[in-house]
Amino acid sequence: MSGSQELAVREKQELAQQEEKTAPGRYYVPAADIFETDGALTLLLEMPGVAKDNIDIQIENDVLRVEGKINSAAYKDIEPVYTEYNVGHYARAFTLSNKIDRDAITAQVENGVLTLTLPKSKEAVPRRIAVN
Amino acid sequence: MALFPDPFGTLLGLQNALDAFRRSDWLQSSPSAGGSYPPLNVFRKGDDFALVAEVPGISSSDLEIQVKGRTVRLSGSKTVKYPEEASVHRRERLQGRFDRSITLPIEVDQDRVTAECRDGILAITLPRAERDKPRSIRIG
Repeated sequence: MSGSQELAVREKQELAQQEEKTAPGRYYVPAADIFETDGALTLLLEMPGVAKDNIDIQIENDVLRVEGKINSAAYKDIEPVYTEYNVGHYARAFTLSNKIDRDAITAQVENGVLTLTLPKSKEAVPRRIAVN
Repeated sequence: MALFPDPFGTLLGLQNALDAFRRSDWLQSSPSAGGSYPPLNVFRKGDDFALVAEVPGISSSDLEIQVKGRTVRLSGSKTVKYPEEASVHRRERLQGRFDRSITLPIEVDQDRVTAECRDGILAITLPRAERDKPRSIRIG
């Protein structure tokens, strides 16, 4: 876990689509970290190139769906001469357990990383029981 | 899928095919071979070049860019932090340090190089040095 190791490249995975997209463009699976603390579940998604206004987060039928659109207009007038990664939108879905308090989910984005905080509902927060 | 041209896909596919044969020598041999972090794309706009890299989760203070002649060096480190008491369910984001240099086919005007880091994308504009530009000679 030390920061001294060499950083490797993680190949982008193209999204295996379960439903058809009508808009043209490629979709990739953003790299995700999920960790849990006593009070909440935190989800971190790497979506480089996606501006804050182009992130769409939806919850429907217990599925949390995150979609990030990149601005391809920035690449319009320039000619690629050497490429190592492909550019595309991002999409990923997560199934939520009913332990999550849906109304309290918050999201913020910084340096292309989206952080979603999913607080646990009151019933699911672990309780310490003191021994008398 | 092929409703409209996709220059990235086409070029990336072509390059991968060429790499299977032998390493791409567009950026000359060794330090700039693919597979190094961060992955980058190079674009040309007129005489000038632009280098674009995906650096999500890295703040601009953790990035260092050096330019000399034809070479651009990009180094820094990325840290992924969790609270101490957290239990990690999934870990796909990688951390560590990186250092790579790229040799361009043009000479860069060091003083006019600009860099911008926004939404996890680093863009370095590399203007071609005036003395490196071809001169047209009028026939007298």
